[in-house]
Amino acid sequence: MTWDWRWSWISDHYDLLGDLLGQHLYLSVLPVLFGLLIALPLGILCVQVPRLYAPVLALTSIFYALPSLALFVVLIDYTGFTGWTVIVPLTIYTLSVLVRNVVDGLRSVPEAVSQAATAMGFTGVRRILQVDLPVAIPVVIAGLRVATVSNISLVSVGSLIGISGLGQLFVDGIQRSFITPIIVGIVLTVVLAVLADAVLVGLQWLLTPWTRTQKSAKPIPEGVTA
Amino acid sequence: MNIVSRAVHWFGLSSSWTGVDGIPNRVGEHLYYSGLSLLIAALIALPLGLFVGHTGRGAFLAVNSAGAARSLPTVGLVGLTVVVFGIGLTPTLLPLVALAIPPILVNTYAGVRQVDGQLRDAANGMGMKGWQVLFQVELPVALPLIILGLRTAAVQIVSTATIAAYVGLGGLGRYIFDGLARREYEVMVGGAVLSVLLALGTEALFVGIQRLIVSPGVRQRALAK
Repeated sequence: MTWDWRWSWISDHYDLLGDLLGQHLYLSVLPVLFGLLIALPLGILCVQVPRLYAPVLALTSIFYALPSLALFVVLIDYTGFTGWTVIVPLTIYTLSVLVRNVVDGLRSVPEAVSQAATAMGFTGVRRILQVDLPVAIPVVIAGLRVATVSNISLVSVGSLIGISGLGQLFVDGIQRSFITPIIVGIVLTVVLAVLADAVLVGLQWLLTPWTRTQKSAKPIPEGVTA
Repeated sequence: MNIVSRAVHWFGLSSSWTGVDGIPNRVGEHLYYSGLSLLIAALIALPLGLFVGHTGRGAFLAVNSAGAARSLPTVGLVGLTVVVFGIGLTPTLLPLVALAIPPILVNTYAGVRQVDGQLRDAANGMGMKGWQVLFQVELPVALPLIILGLRTAAVQIVSTATIAAYVGLGGLGRYIFDGLARREYEVMVGGAVLSVLLALGTEALFVGIQRLIVSPGVRQRALAK
């Protein structure tokens, strides 16, 4: 079998690839920021008022089960064929992953740390923001990494209903049975995901200097999804 | 008329319920693709996860490949298989299977791995061999996580199978793409609502399965944590 593959297509389309990459990044990172902005107060609230956690968790896991394509379609009527059609559902997915991690992270703060903080005069929201939340950073960032990588993968689905991003390359390739844009699109998506993941790992390194000076921090449990 | 009432109207038409393009047929197709993909993925990932969890060999590879797989864009994989293999059932199932393997593999591995070492010691002390330890102790204790992995995989497959329609297959995605092409927005929304219901139904099904087959002792251990 011979497939239509042309190296020259890549060099001819540098500008297009740059544009699509930029749009893709915008459409996947913005929802992570929005999701984080909502998940932090919501997670803190769930820790303060434990009665809330079960219903919030049930609701977010239902949201997580909704097919992205279906959400995009339902939103078209309200948002038109704009970036918001993708940004809103991806924010919901981010939220679904993050609320759980924020709550788990806050709850994993060792009792001794909380008591020490209380003894030093930290109370209420101030203790959560200045002591508990920093200690929870590794677990929160683990959630951010999952959300970011899956967002970057999901933005492509939007291109099936006409919202731009690297998925445009897949639509183009499928319509013309032309393999080059498809492979370029897959490679760029994966590279983007790996880079974004590396940025978050770096961020965690910067934000948790104490984990490098002593052996107090617990390692994040590896590999458990959803 | 707003979109909700237009979609409700579409659900009310008798023509929506009969023929190749009828709801029962499309739901059937959707369930067929999804079930087949989940079966193939489980046949690959379950034994592999049990092996990696039981022996500890290849754990690094399993966890990391699963992480990498999360970033693979399904639309791109569907496009790639269709351009390479042509339109058909097998090539379109490939991306769905690829999508479902990581959550099953990682959860099975993590489930077996996190079994309390003392349980394993006790089983060995009672004279159980490796296989018996795996199937009579590790598997039942790991079952909640394994089922969670299958549930995640199943929901993702059902959600993503809508995309298969883009390259000419049936299933609920047909409503979305045909509706888009013909500017029949109520058909798109109808298909979207159906695929949401199917995904939620799948989620509920696996919650039910978990209630049925997880041993009460293990369930209480999980609750006690």
